Amino acid sequence: MKEGIRGIFLHGFMSFAAVCVTVACLLIVGTFSSLIYNLNIMVEELNMTNEVLAYVDEELSDAEARSVGTTINRVDNVLESNFVSREEALQNFIADYENPAAFDGTDPMTLQHRYVIVLKDNRLLTETMEDLWEVPGVVDVVAFDELAEGFSTIQDVLHIVSIVVIAVLLVVSLLIISNTVKLAMYDRRDEIAIMKMVGATNGFIRFPYVVEGFCLGMMGAALAFGLEWLMYDQLVARINAVDTLQLFNFVPFQQLLLPMIATFAAAGLFVGVVGSWTSIRKFMNV
Amino acid sequence: MIEFTDVTKSYVEGNHALRGVSMQIEDGEFAFLVGPSGSGKSTIIKLITGELRPTSGSVHVNGYSLSRIRKREIPYLRRTVGVVFQDFRLINNKTVYENVAFAMRAIGAREKEIRARVPYILELVGLENKSRRHPNELSGGEQQRLAIARALVNNPSTIIADEPTGNLDPAMSLEIMSLLQEINNLGTTMLVVTHAKDLVEHFGKRVISLNEGMIAHDGMDGYYTYED
Ligand SMILES: Nc1ncnc2c1ncn2[C@@H]1O[C@H](COP(=O)(O)OP(=O)(O)OP(=O)(O)O)[C@@H](O)[C@H]1O
Ligand SMILES: [Mg+2]
Repeated sequence: MKEGIRGIFLHGFMSFAAVCVTVACLLIVGTFSSLIYNLNIMVEELNMTNEVLAYVDEELSDAEARSVGTTINRVDNVLESNFVSREEALQNFIADYENPAAFDGTDPMTLQHRYVIVLKDNRLLTETMEDLWEVPGVVDVVAFDELAEGFSTIQDVLHIVSIVVIAVLLVVSLLIISNTVKLAMYDRRDEIAIMKMVGATNGFIRFPYVVEGFCLGMMGAALAFGLEWLMYDQLVARINAVDTLQLFNFVPFQQLLLPMIATFAAAGLFVGVVGSWTSIRKFMNV
Repeated sequence: MIEFTDVTKSYVEGNHALRGVSMQIEDGEFAFLVGPSGSGKSTIIKLITGELRPTSGSVHVNGYSLSRIRKREIPYLRRTVGVVFQDFRLINNKTVYENVAFAMRAIGAREKEIRARVPYILELVGLENKSRRHPNELSGGEQQRLAIARALVNNPSTIIADEPTGNLDPAMSLEIMSLLQEINNLGTTMLVVTHAKDLVEHFGKRVISLNEGMIAHDGMDGYYTYED
């Protein structure tokens, strides 16, 4: 234990670099995953409100128009559909304006009967819209899907980018920790040779170096956790301060606290112990 | 006890460092191992300490079978065999005391045992007044005595010395050999590799002579010379 901690100070620069890279790695992991977590929640909220409008052929009678709903309900991924007659549609439309009087005398015939359709899974929006086009009696399908699509794309890109970045950084911090420990062992190769000569077991020789790797990994994890917390709170505070961004609804960091601690600690442990273990294995077999 | 039975060792295919060595060294015995450079003396030592495995034949050391030993048993074999080298292999930034204590710590000895045993061993090798010195403040002979103290401290039944006097002048060499003999008199089996013909003859012990990987002579009748 003592030896392990001493090792950290012996190789100040390498240890510093190892901790820094671990911190950077975990910060990026933490930032990406909390972003993704928040996006998932936002998209889910959008899913609940997102609607598709299917306009019914004007040529159809009222009764025929109402019967189109049964076919629509049979389309995959349709959760529910509500018929909105042109009269109701006009009323809703007018109600949205501040000066309803301006629409006095507007003929409901300028509008079409429509179905307001709620989807089960918003990610299948495009496919479902194509299916709806196929329904006899439907002449137009409209969705306010840009926002949802945008979020999905951001989600996908973030997923891919974060996996790549995380993998690269994990490997880098593993290598650096591994090298730091190797350097520490190289420094004490004479002592290690003597220990082996007098009959020290490999586990006994290894122990301080695994402790060193563990300490490095844990220091990185603890630092990254603190920074992540600060960054997150700052970011959310700034975003909430801007009116137009009120749309983005971030969960408080406290909600991420436990999974974040668990992930960081596990990553720190993994990088530290595996990093030192691999270098020790190589070193001991020479 | 050390027992070699028809041992061969090749570092590279077809090139034999040892070619059928058989010998037996009983507990408590003192034996010199002599022979020209490259005859295989260090190879024999590495086979005894488990650093190398025999290519064929069997090596038994203090109850361990070296051709079949598992990796994780090797440390326990090594605790029965103290090793001393020509180049001392001391830790220069540790004191004399710490160098010896280090060997005990390496096998997990308790601090209390260490405090009791290290001074006793330092006295045995005559370094009791230098325990706070560092190795580079000692003479060559003193450094080698420190190395012997370290080899002894974990109470091995056997000590193996690979040219322990190779870096020392004749007076110091005699001193070191006498120390090894004293330790042998206390019951420790001793195998000493050396080139020092006069020392070998002075002590009149068993001499195993190696030549080109084979035992050329083994007996109590002094240093054996080959007709090259
Ligand atoms: N690691 C190695 N790889 C290949 N060949 C080796 C190796 N070590 C020793 N040898 C060869 O094995 C033979 C015996 O070597 P060894 O070191 O046992 O000799 P030695 O009797 O100790 O010699 P010296 O008196 O010079 O120390 C020599 O021919 C040497 O070249
Ligand atoms: Mg040699």
